[in-house]
Amino acid sequence: MPLGQLLIDGLAMGACYGLFGLAVVIIYKTSEVLNFAAGETAMVSTFVAYHVMVFYGYSFWVAFVVALIFVAILGVAIEYFFLRPAKNPTLLGLIVITIGAQMLLMGLASWKWGAEQKQFNIPFSYKVTHEPIPGFIISEWAIAVFVAAAVVMVFLYFFFQHTKLGTAMRATQQNKHAAKIMGIKTDRVFAFSWAFSSIIGAVAAMLLSAKNILDPGFMMESFLRAFASAVLGGLMSIPGVLIGGFIMGLIENFFGYLLPAWKPITAFVVIVLVLCIRPSGLFAKHWVKKV
Amino acid sequence: MDMKRSYYEDIELFKSGTILFWSIIFLLALFTFPLYTSDYSIYLMSLIMVYVIVSVGLNILVGSTGQISLGHAGFFAIGAYATVLLMTHLQVPFFVAIIAAAFIAAFFGFILGLPALRLEGPYLTIATLAFGLAIMHVIGHTEIFGGRQGLIAPELDLGIKQLGLNFVISTVTQKYYLVLGFTIVMVLFAINILKTKPGRAFVAIRDSDIAAEVIGINLTIYKTLSFAVSAFYAGIAGGLFAFVLGFFDPFTFNLILSIIFIVMIVVGGLGSVMGSISGAALITYLMYDLFKNVDEAPFIGPLFLSFSERWMTITGMDNFNYIALGLVMIGIMLFEPLGLFGAWIRIKKYWKTWPF
Repeated sequence: MPLGQLLIDGLAMGACYGLFGLAVVIIYKTSEVLNFAAGETAMVSTFVAYHVMVFYGYSFWVAFVVALIFVAILGVAIEYFFLRPAKNPTLLGLIVITIGAQMLLMGLASWKWGAEQKQFNIPFSYKVTHEPIPGFIISEWAIAVFVAAAVVMVFLYFFFQHTKLGTAMRATQQNKHAAKIMGIKTDRVFAFSWAFSSIIGAVAAMLLSAKNILDPGFMMESFLRAFASAVLGGLMSIPGVLIGGFIMGLIENFFGYLLPAWKPITAFVVIVLVLCIRPSGLFAKHWVKKV
Repeated sequence: MDMKRSYYEDIELFKSGTILFWSIIFLLALFTFPLYTSDYSIYLMSLIMVYVIVSVGLNILVGSTGQISLGHAGFFAIGAYATVLLMTHLQVPFFVAIIAAAFIAAFFGFILGLPALRLEGPYLTIATLAFGLAIMHVIGHTEIFGGRQGLIAPELDLGIKQLGLNFVISTVTQKYYLVLGFTIVMVLFAINILKTKPGRAFVAIRDSDIAAEVIGINLTIYKTLSFAVSAFYAGIAGGLFAFVLGFFDPFTFNLILSIIFIVMIVVGGLGSVMGSISGAALITYLMYDLFKNVDEAPFIGPLFLSFSERWMTITGMDNFNYIALGLVMIGIMLFEPLGLFGAWIRIKKYWKTWPF
């Protein structure tokens, strides 16, 4: 396989991981919850889109919008019913709640749609390719991924810098109690951040399932990679996550080409090594606990 | 309410005559269990006790030292594979093999403890998670570990073959007693270790690692020791698991298993040995017995089947297991964050102070 294509495929996969990592980071930034249910929320939304397309026969864009509305409601529901009632939860307690939500969603999805693998088709196939520069083959799927990542990044930038809700989110992240005193309804801010994160996750999951297959377990591995790239980027900085995703995708693609059998774990080994040197990821300032 | 007047009262094994009495009754019940139940119940009980060993060990790490591990299935796998491979390839006697395997697991625990010195929270989660996945893939891709086909446990010979002492055990009941013996020893060891210097150091690290360092606890030694002890438990349990099941492949030890270990201790109660025992027993029973056969339940079963047929799929019905387990996890965290042990303490307090 030529170098150029490895590079482009790696970057495209990396953009997917980065996009999905953003879903993890938005929630972590506002509420310090590590959302293990992100993968399964996105998986369920992809199944909803599949259901709308195959059983009701609507076009992809209708299914896309329906799935996004559905997943926003689902995300808010998880926050409202599972996380909000928890009293003074610890980090481990929150992880256990989100893992519980993850198992619940995975069980429901495989009960509803069965465990067999399905084909999820979007208008951007990875089989249709262009070759703008000789040696660099880029598929329509990769173009869609890059466009989606760019749109989401630009949107998030304007959202966090120039809207009232985005400013409220940043304030909540800095100091929850002070934000409350300033008249910000922090509970509502959390609900919004869950909705946003779920929508971004759903977009990433639809792109990923168009490349691979659709079954109830397909987001498990991708979620771990996305989580790992978010950790690599530092869990706090939004551009850092995308760069972490790119690094992850490139490492995985290059090592996967050299040593195919070890592809699933190379990225994780690299992450652990990076974390040993920089304990808070590449792009976050290491936070030293003071007494 | 438990006021302690002397140091001895804090370290004694049985706090009162009542506890001693009920402990003896409980042990008698365990020892006579195979006399009045079916083979399947005995097998399920052996499995429960294997998981009890893991969760008691994991609770030392998570509940008492305050570190997070989502990679314990890796240590469990190391224990299972090392025991079986030492026995089949090097003809090592069983007891030596299982202890050697546990020490190998403990060594890997020590290795994993090294990055844990600098990482915390989400970063530690991803590091341990990566460890668990890495072990699973290494085992799945290496010829000597049986690859994806897995391994079949050899004949369980408790004697030493080289000296001509053979004591082969094969029935479910005999294996039950073997597992029971190991479980009692490991649980007693866990109760005692929490009352020694290392145990107190673990608790101090959990409460505040900076304060612990200030009063002279060496974080490097005790954090890695905690990982090693916890991995040792998982290694012993893995060795027993191999023989209770008789057959295993790398995918037995996936991420879900690590998550289930965490669920066991959280449901049981963090930082308490009795909590881990009850949590492991409850979750194993729910997973392997009650929720697995929900379609055969007397009244709910047919209802459940017709509901699946109308709205869901029949093939995906086994996944009810996951749904129920997820609900149990969320419910425990929302309504009883201290787990079964917390509920027990509350009930006890209520009755002891009753009219008030």
